[in-house]
Amino acid sequence: MALDLRFPLGLMFAVLGLIVTAQGLFTPQESLGVNVNLWWGLVLLAFGAVMLLLAIFGKGATQIKTGVVLENPEHSHPPR
Amino acid sequence: MHILADGSHLLNLGRVDYLIFIVYFAFVLGIGVVIKRFIKTGDDFLLSGRSVPAWIAGLAFISANLGAQEMIGMSASGAQYGILTTHFYWLGAIPAMVFLGIFMIPFYYGSKARSVPEYLKLRFDEKTRGFNAFSFAFMTIMSSGISMYALSALLQILLGWNFNISLVVSALIVLIYTFLGGLTAAIYNEVLQFFLIVLGFLPLALLGLKDIGGWNGLMERLNGLSLANHYQPQTLTTLYRHLGSPHDNPMGVDWFSLVFGLGFVLSFGYWCTDFLVVQRAMAANSMGAARRTPLIAAFPKMLFPFIIILPGMIAAGLSYHAAHAGVADPSAYHLPMKNGQFDYNMTLPTLLGHYFPTGMLGIGLTALMASFMSGMAGNVTAFNSVWTYDIYQAYIRPDQSEQHYLQVGRLATIFGILASICAAYVANQFNNIMDLLQLVFGFVNAPLFATFALGMFWRRSTGHGAFTGLLCGTLAAAAHHGLTLPAGEHIGVKGGWLLMGHAPFHVYDSGMAQSFLTAAWAFSVSFAVTLVVSLLTRRTKTDEELRGLVYALTPKIKEHETHFLTRPAVLGVIILGFTLVLSIIFW
Repeated sequence: MALDLRFPLGLMFAVLGLIVTAQGLFTPQESLGVNVNLWWGLVLLAFGAVMLLLAIFGKGATQIKTGVVLENPEHSHPPR
Repeated sequence: MHILADGSHLLNLGRVDYLIFIVYFAFVLGIGVVIKRFIKTGDDFLLSGRSVPAWIAGLAFISANLGAQEMIGMSASGAQYGILTTHFYWLGAIPAMVFLGIFMIPFYYGSKARSVPEYLKLRFDEKTRGFNAFSFAFMTIMSSGISMYALSALLQILLGWNFNISLVVSALIVLIYTFLGGLTAAIYNEVLQFFLIVLGFLPLALLGLKDIGGWNGLMERLNGLSLANHYQPQTLTTLYRHLGSPHDNPMGVDWFSLVFGLGFVLSFGYWCTDFLVVQRAMAANSMGAARRTPLIAAFPKMLFPFIIILPGMIAAGLSYHAAHAGVADPSAYHLPMKNGQFDYNMTLPTLLGHYFPTGMLGIGLTALMASFMSGMAGNVTAFNSVWTYDIYQAYIRPDQSEQHYLQVGRLATIFGILASICAAYVANQFNNIMDLLQLVFGFVNAPLFATFALGMFWRRSTGHGAFTGLLCGTLAAAAHHGLTLPAGEHIGVKGGWLLMGHAPFHVYDSGMAQSFLTAAWAFSVSFAVTLVVSLLTRRTKTDEELRGLVYALTPKIKEHETHFLTRPAVLGVIILGFTLVLSIIFW
């Protein structure tokens, strides 16, 4: 199967990271003196970017076979 | 939970938070839509064609367990019992997960069974499988319904959202992606959820630590709280030092009920036999991957206390400090109250609201919603497989085509979700039904590990033995619960319902101690009865039939072809070593 899980995973965190970082940049709010949105948004963005890079350039795409018919271990004669 | 008639709620969301919800749900549904193209057979749908890579299966394994009851419940326990809550992880889950990967997966996976009940059929007989299949199918539907109910009730309190709409929308989202993409879609989304939880809650723990003055600040405040509750100073911050007597710690347990009841019976019973988690390992793409699934899962499981339990402990420390500080600080965190008592279940959501501005608040709430939904999806996919393989194919229509079973699996999803919605409304109508169901689940689950352990490691155990053992173990659990009572509780769903006016045979310090001992009794009775009845009955399976199902009759797996560090036994030793170090640090 062609859908490498790292691709949606990376894309989602990149998008979420962008949203949160933008929120931190344009409407800065501090809790305990930290602009959480800005800093953690960058962390989310970095995680997303690494996953995307791995999906595109990395080895070991997450292949999942399809059209599989497993044997029924309870009896040996094949299904109709 | 009560319903707020005036429409008031605890958290205020910004537009950005809604945008984050929309992005997340678009990805969740998108994964279902894309994966649908690859689902061609019943086995693709129900068991991902048994081709999932180890790391995905491992993260899905841990995520399937990390339902919202876990998130909310464990942070609540962290606030109430402190670091003692960590016993559910380092003493409970980790050893059981290592045992599953090293010793039990070879039989689950090697037997080619497609579900846990099917293993019971291959190893024992039809009636043992039937008992497990029907009770499991019922319990998954109920659990999924309880997840839905809890999510909708929480959203109502937190955000003021309409209960019915939350329920239907969340059910619809789960329905769409599991209907389209089956187990593969559920597993992919569980991995998304895993990272959301880690990345969404880690900053909460970090901010909390900064607020309370680091590790030393936390220790100091929790020592104060321990003393204020009439315990020894370090009771809330050490693992084993105050387990001599149940009176010495807020959990009301001693080391025996903790080690035997929780660490052995309950944990091994859940992790090693519950199809909800075992299914993720069964879907792995090779024997090696299947064995590594619970081991890969054990690494994050070992560290989860730092992002789930630690915020609860911080919340308790901050709240204690704020209440006893000389000057009132309006910006300080206070544990939420309900009816004059601490409402520990609201610890995690109120911490989110306290520290996270719009933006991160959306991420944190998304992680919380995701954990509820994957709880539902996990139960629904497990239900699909048990229904299709163990009930429909076994008893209703055997020998149909793959296409037929794919349709049956898809229809089971719709039925499963509808039944869960009904269960959610039942839970909404009768608050006690949740306690009652948890109780019944406990009775059914507690003796299971005895059946599997004897089945896998003793070839002489028979179908009659296993079935009678299971039945007697379940009855023993019910009897123990019905004859004892936790201190300060009334007769009823908390215990004592078999007493008929007599005094309880034993009064436990807490409900937790009672449930640990209930499990211990169920296991012991089931073990003994299976042993005796097996010796009294004739074997119905020959050694040849038990090949691959029983330890002594299965050839040893050779692992020379894999890298030293990825061998299950090596991984297992590393995990146990780390856990031991952590336990000694916080001894």
